[in-house]
Amino acid sequence: METIWFLLWGLLWAIYFMLDGFDLGLGTLSPFVAKNDTEKQILYQSMGPFWDGNEVWLITAGGVTFAAFPTAYAVMFSALYSPLMLILFALIIRGVAIELRNKVEGSGWRDAWDICLFVGSLVPALLFGVAFANIFQGIPIDANGVYKGTLFTLLNPYGLLGGLLFLCLFCYHGALWLGIKSTGDLEARALKYARFLWPPLLVLAVVFLAATWFATPLWANYLQNPVLMIVPAIAVVGLLATRFFLQGGAAWKAWFSSSAVIVGATLFGVIGLYPNLLPSSIDPSASLNVTNASSSPLTLKIMLGVALVMVPIVIGYQLWVYHYFRHEVTEEDLIY
Amino acid sequence: MEVLLLSRLQFAATTFFHFLFVPLTLGLSILIAIMETRWASSGNEEYKRMARFWGKIFVINFALGVVTGITLEFQFGTNWSRYAQYVGDIFGSLLAIEATVAFFLESTLIGVWIFTWDRISPKVHATIMWLIAAAVNTSAYFILSANAWMQHPVGYVIRNGRAELEDFIAIITQHLAVIEFLHTVSAAYILSGFFVMGVSAYHLLKKKHLWIFNKSFKMALYFSLFFSIFVVIQGHLNGAEVARTQPSKLAAMESHWKTEANAPIYLFALPNPFGEGNLVEILPIPGALSLLAFHDSSAVVKGLYDFKPEDRPPVFLTFSAFKIMLALGMLFPLLCIWGWFIRNKLTENPKYLRIMLWCIPLPYIAIEAGWIVTEVGRQPWLVWGVMRTSEGVSPVAADQVAVSLIAFIIFYGLLGAAAFWLMARYAKKGPEPAPEPAS
Repeated sequence: METIWFLLWGLLWAIYFMLDGFDLGLGTLSPFVAKNDTEKQILYQSMGPFWDGNEVWLITAGGVTFAAFPTAYAVMFSALYSPLMLILFALIIRGVAIELRNKVEGSGWRDAWDICLFVGSLVPALLFGVAFANIFQGIPIDANGVYKGTLFTLLNPYGLLGGLLFLCLFCYHGALWLGIKSTGDLEARALKYARFLWPPLLVLAVVFLAATWFATPLWANYLQNPVLMIVPAIAVVGLLATRFFLQGGAAWKAWFSSSAVIVGATLFGVIGLYPNLLPSSIDPSASLNVTNASSSPLTLKIMLGVALVMVPIVIGYQLWVYHYFRHEVTEEDLIY
Repeated sequence: MEVLLLSRLQFAATTFFHFLFVPLTLGLSILIAIMETRWASSGNEEYKRMARFWGKIFVINFALGVVTGITLEFQFGTNWSRYAQYVGDIFGSLLAIEATVAFFLESTLIGVWIFTWDRISPKVHATIMWLIAAAVNTSAYFILSANAWMQHPVGYVIRNGRAELEDFIAIITQHLAVIEFLHTVSAAYILSGFFVMGVSAYHLLKKKHLWIFNKSFKMALYFSLFFSIFVVIQGHLNGAEVARTQPSKLAAMESHWKTEANAPIYLFALPNPFGEGNLVEILPIPGALSLLAFHDSSAVVKGLYDFKPEDRPPVFLTFSAFKIMLALGMLFPLLCIWGWFIRNKLTENPKYLRIMLWCIPLPYIAIEAGWIVTEVGRQPWLVWGVMRTSEGVSPVAADQVAVSLIAFIIFYGLLGAAAFWLMARYAKKGPEPAPEPAS
């Protein structure tokens, strides 16, 4: 039961990164890719109907961490206090920027929210990567779950590498999304950005996988069960496929491939982590794992029932929404 | 300052801010859904303009509610990690279930709703708003049942050094959860109604968009009239429940110090903010407190002296907040009844309209005061009788919390100013002009 919840936990984060990844990446690219107010409005509207529903995956991932692994939630969130607060502030201004920016004419108001969107997207994209890379390699927590480092402990080379990888991956993912949702010059520019971002993304991915070998024990599970190699393989294949589709002008396929990269990369880390949720870098016996951090069997059972019924329904109506708004956003479609 | 106090202030500040936006969405979603239903059934496009006008204000509040809600969820981990660890089995699952059952639905549908005014039929558009209204109110139920569990924990057992779930149904159906929900949503509906009436009054005073704002005003008036009367009766049940489950909170609400039978309510009392007892106690109504709390004017009501000082909630704050809420709660039905008598000649009563315009902030004050009574009155407990607030706080550095608290205050201040400025701008501007008939 704990293992099922561990996998669901990983899957929720993977879906969150896949969906909000394009919003966050697009927000980060927004000052560069959109050249005038109309293009900016199209960029905002390309995320408009989706960002809110996407962000709920984060709330659910957080809620499930809380409910299924309360001890891990408690220690993880208090240990990562400062980065999480930064992520929170960023997500708040990001969301408000998307909702309020186009509600008032005038460049002062709109420029201010454009900066908010940029910062509010860049910071979470980077810090989620930093946070997860640090979880993969373990953070200094003692047997009482007290964090023994500082904010700068987290900004180690491997953590920063994880941050850059996430940032680059999300920007690439976002550029593809804008390529799908826009037309004309904006579409061409978005796809140009995607092509430009792919080589650094490849380099970062290779370096990250190699660094993972040295900095973390993640590969151990894969050596023990080689069949699991299929998960990182999906990420690698996705990464190659997305460039291929991009070349052929198949933006949707390229986007789905980059989604596979995000999901594969997240699950690669999560599976490598198993059975740990939060390894301690200073005291292995203080590590939190699926057994010592989980909720009671009854809670896990009830929540599994709810999840098995509700999550497919949620996926169903979110798919419907994506399908319904699959069309490109043009100047005539702008609503505000 | 120590981590405990800083964390409490931060939670209070962030909840206060979250709660400036959420209540309006609870009621306004229903009112907009009604407007849209009328649009769908009558085909009258004026109803569409009306719903779109209120919809813009709704969307701003909804967005602010969503982004500030995440802060609250995360803070259980960042600032209250001992609490999260101790009760996550129960409290965490309520939050997780709320997210999957309701929050996903409202957040996904709001995106659809905003972008489909001219793309789908009025009937479907109205249905979407009804679903949003149902989802936001369901969210409120789960969150309030989690809060009710902190006030009155049931369905759990202490095992493995923490509170573990024993009976899920008992938690989400306990009496306190139901009445806390009824009380809070009623207050939110009154707030929404007064907001709509106040903004409508502004336009009626200017004699602009008369049809739309006469309709809006009357719709909100019926809504508020019903719930403002309901909440007075229901609030009384709340008081009786508090007397039964949280006697020290009741004593603090009334600043009642001596345990006695036939306990009075003083029409005017003032607790000593720096010590024990009351500075002023005049005009007692004998037996009133006993009667209200236990439906028996001779019942014994336990006073604060019978609780150890470390087991008492902060009396002055709880008492003042309660009295403010109570006074406002009595005022609202009177204003609504007055409005009911002149509902068909509103524009001939500028005095009433001006009063209603200036009354917009009052339900906000009442609802925040009510929340202070609930949460400050719960102190020193985090989970009543199970865990003290001081035991729940995270082992984090005080300077970290100090920095985030200051950041929240500055940041939320700016955000709130922008949001309310924009709401006022939309509210004053009025509905979009009716589209020109196609020639």
